[in-house]
Amino acid sequence: MSAARRCGPRWALPGLFVWHPHKQAVWQMPCKLVHCCGVVNKRWITFQHLKFLKRLNVTRYNKNLSQQAKPKPDSVAPPFLEKKHLDQEKTVICEIRSVSPLHTPLSETSNGNEFKAVNSTAVVDDLATAVGAESKEEKQWKEMKLQLDDLPGILARLSKIKLTALVVSTASAGFAMAPVPFDLTCFLLTSVGTGLASCAANAINQFFEVPFDSNMNRTKNRPLVRGQISPLLAVSFATSCAVPGITLLTLGVNPLTGALGAFNIFLYTCCYTPMKRMSIANTWVGAVVGAIPPVMGWTAATCSLDAGALLLGGILYSWQFPHFNALSWGLREDYSRGGYCMMSVTHPTMCRRVALRHCLALIGLSTMAPVLNVTTWHFPLISLPINLYISYLGFRFYRDADRSSSRKLFFCSLWHLPLLLFLMLMCKKSLLEKGDKIELLS
Amino acid sequence: MAAVAPRTAARLRGIGPRRHFSQRAGGGAGLRVAEESRASSFCPPARSCNDWIGPPDRHSNLRPIIFHIPKNESPLEQRLREFRQETQVWNQQFWASQNVSFRKGKEEFIYSRLKMKGLEMKDETGQKATLNAEEMADFYKDFLSKNFKKHMCYNREWYKRNFTITFLMGQVAFARAWRKLAWKKTKVEN
Repeated sequence: MSAARRCGPRWALPGLFVWHPHKQAVWQMPCKLVHCCGVVNKRWITFQHLKFLKRLNVTRYNKNLSQQAKPKPDSVAPPFLEKKHLDQEKTVICEIRSVSPLHTPLSETSNGNEFKAVNSTAVVDDLATAVGAESKEEKQWKEMKLQLDDLPGILARLSKIKLTALVVSTASAGFAMAPVPFDLTCFLLTSVGTGLASCAANAINQFFEVPFDSNMNRTKNRPLVRGQISPLLAVSFATSCAVPGITLLTLGVNPLTGALGAFNIFLYTCCYTPMKRMSIANTWVGAVVGAIPPVMGWTAATCSLDAGALLLGGILYSWQFPHFNALSWGLREDYSRGGYCMMSVTHPTMCRRVALRHCLALIGLSTMAPVLNVTTWHFPLISLPINLYISYLGFRFYRDADRSSSRKLFFCSLWHLPLLLFLMLMCKKSLLEKGDKIELLS
Repeated sequence: MAAVAPRTAARLRGIGPRRHFSQRAGGGAGLRVAEESRASSFCPPARSCNDWIGPPDRHSNLRPIIFHIPKNESPLEQRLREFRQETQVWNQQFWASQNVSFRKGKEEFIYSRLKMKGLEMKDETGQKATLNAEEMADFYKDFLSKNFKKHMCYNREWYKRNFTITFLMGQVAFARAWRKLAWKKTKVEN
């Protein structure tokens, strides 16, 4: 299921490539990083493999007690490891001794040597299996040394780069919908600033939630959980994103956008993240977090917080509920075990009712768009079919309250929002009024 | 056993925290099970100067760390390492007991519901009978509300510890950088 919905900010324009539940939430970075990881893994396997082979030689040599001990290997093994091998050799000897006397009478009738050999082999095989299992476990131990090659991939996962990209898209949509001439420089500064702010917020979120993320399937491979990066480095990264990001927004765009960005980081890291474990109100706070980026895009273009900005924010806000509530329906077990206070666990009926309510609200908000001169009247008409469809699925979810209806609603929300914003852009009210057009032509 | 060199002794001490961890007696069968499962025989190579992180624990799902003890460990570094070790133990105990009690509660709930329905724990094919998510919803809600206070205390403590560890890490990093700078300055002067 979606990494974004439970632990990510609600300020996202989702795409199928992010929130498709059947796909693993694997971050696909450039191939070279995967290759680097593979190289590291290969090195690790080779080292452990050699250790495993050493022990096998020891056990085989010892199956017959009359044989000489295996000569010491030429490679300089650390005294600590040698001590460990001696211990294991002793263990092997004890095992074989206990088995042989028991089977001596039987061995007289059959070929005694063969039987003893088979028996010893069986014991050795068991020990080899145990040693193999142990070696396999040893291979899973990793040195906590930061590999510079892996750092870009690690930081990308720490900052939830895909989600950040979607957050930037919603901010861009807000910027594009603003009724002002398009300014490329301002647009780029807004996008970069919003992206950095989102990276910072996501990194802090992961910093706070390490033991909780460890206990959820979806989040157990995050960098801090796996020890690929230290908490200090994660916080330093977050700070080094937040400070330039907010500075860029404040000085390069305008103070209002900077303030919104800073407020959103605070809301997400200091309100939403802790609240997830305290009260179901976290869902509403998270919806605000998701609504702010398009508002930021609008204010970046217009330097003012007007009705159009609030409308866009409202659409994103309402969208969060069918999206998240449907998703959370399938995660109730994990939430309960992990101690997360979510509506789907504590107030299931309210969860479904709120989702339906906000599906219907989307129809209302789409109708408000031409009233506030954000779009033409085509928009509510064109968007009516998709808004009615999501409302229908919301109603089914409310009535049926099962996994199938929740999944249908969740999947619908994934394509509904991008399509709605696209239609909005298509129906954007032209900057020129009719009178101005006639003037231009004459 | 032959006498070990001081460096080897230091490395041996490096597995001390792990032994220390598994020696800690906790309350409840769940905790003992949790600690036995952690009695891994892994020892980091003596050459390594870094901490080592292992696979997720069977019960707590947390990854254990074996902390490296440098030969000239400062009091601040020792304080950080011991605090991290203590936090690891505390986290392990909490989540292992939490997960074990969840599983136990779930089994009991399923058993009681199946009994109410007049069904057996195993169906005709021998598969373990389960309830779907809708039927389990009551259990999830109940479990969450029962453990709410426990989670509140844990959350507060976790946030405090996390901040303390990060702050100490910052202090250690700063102290190391300062020492390095001072050493370089002395070298240049000489």
